[in-house]
Amino acid sequence: MSGYLPVVMFAALILAFGVVSLAVARLLRPSRPDSVKLMNYECGAEPIGSAWVQFPAGFYLVALVFILFDTLAVFLFPWALILRSAGMTAFWVVAAFVGIVGLGWLYAYREGVLEWK
Amino acid sequence: MTHLIVAFVLLNAIILVVAYITLLERKFAARMQSRIGPYYVGWPHGWLQPIADALKLMLKEDVVPTLSDRWVYNLAPLVFLLPCMLIFATIPFAPGLGLADLNIGVLFFLAVSALEIVGLFMGGWGSNNKYALLSAMRAVNQIISYDLPFIFAALVPVVLAGSMQMSAIVVAQQGLFGWFVFYPGIGQLAFLAYVIATIAAENRVPFDILEAESELVAGFRVEYSGMKFALIQLGEYAHLVGTSFLGALLFLGGWLGPGPTWLGPLWFLLKAVLVFLLVTWVRWSFVRIRVDQILAISWKLLLPATVILLLATGFVVAAGFGRGA
Repeated sequence: MSGYLPVVMFAALILAFGVVSLAVARLLRPSRPDSVKLMNYECGAEPIGSAWVQFPAGFYLVALVFILFDTLAVFLFPWALILRSAGMTAFWVVAAFVGIVGLGWLYAYREGVLEWK
Repeated sequence: MTHLIVAFVLLNAIILVVAYITLLERKFAARMQSRIGPYYVGWPHGWLQPIADALKLMLKEDVVPTLSDRWVYNLAPLVFLLPCMLIFATIPFAPGLGLADLNIGVLFFLAVSALEIVGLFMGGWGSNNKYALLSAMRAVNQIISYDLPFIFAALVPVVLAGSMQMSAIVVAQQGLFGWFVFYPGIGQLAFLAYVIATIAAENRVPFDILEAESELVAGFRVEYSGMKFALIQLGEYAHLVGTSFLGALLFLGGWLGPGPTWLGPLWFLLKAVLVFLLVTWVRWSFVRIRVDQILAISWKLLLPATVILLLATGFVVAAGFGRGA
């Protein structure tokens, strides 16, 4: 796992850069808040209510199909690595698997899940 | 300790390249529209414009709306910046010149790059602004639609090279017309799918419904100002540049090119800039498409096409028609 140490260091440096630049900006910038300035932007009119209201997220069924294919992708990563040595057997196994997932995709298509409503 | 120095140099190099690539984009866009673009700051041709922009944003007042969720709102730029810049960690810029050439490099890149949506949604939700929230919802929709074609297109070179280590993928592309973009049939289609998925995943025109100046003003960052806005912009461009580098590495042979070895990183940069300019060219040529069209392109065309393309690549490699690893 030692190969990941530089990655962790890099992540820490990125965060440090962000925090330091925000801190420096805090020292340099003016700060003159007033109630109109701190109002939420809504094209100049006074905002009507909060934005945190219930509204339909039209794509939650698409999100389920996404999980289906994301699972497929998880299996395809190791498959991509061993394909050369494992040969045609590995190919046909995964082709059948993709075929089954593809049936799921076809079902979603026929049910109209992939349409925007 | 050496790792820390390398990481520090890499961070600064990314910030420099990203700063000047914004200037390049503005000049390029200006040329396409018969304008001159930035000119007077750092005469001639605005060489100091990115630095002036950064200084200006640093001196701007930071407005936090009273109604916002302060913690989420203030943390969002950092959460957004982290994955956007961390994707550079596994990219080798020449043989042995890189931070960490992990053996799962491509997987690491894809996994980290998709995390940007967390910071983006935090910004959209924390602002308590209707435009920002709508934009964040659209962004989630778009990310889950275009991440899959992106992954499958990026897997094609992995199958061809038989490795997820980025340096091994470059080494596999050596030789005349060895770049994977020249691989007959498969390479060109995969590169096309990669570029389309990149434009969509980066939320650029014609897939910029989450920004949509005419309806959502500036999208999820409408309430941000000053340095927080600068960090979000930096992250967004860093993500695009990182994806361009990955495209250059997977399809255009990375650091490979004529001339001595030390030219390698310059070749790599040149190819990444070419991919970036391709995306920019599309951006300034097309109009925004509707949300139902965006969904249809991804789920009904790009996703099945990339899966079939990946299977075809797998068949070619498994049957032994591919080049030796």
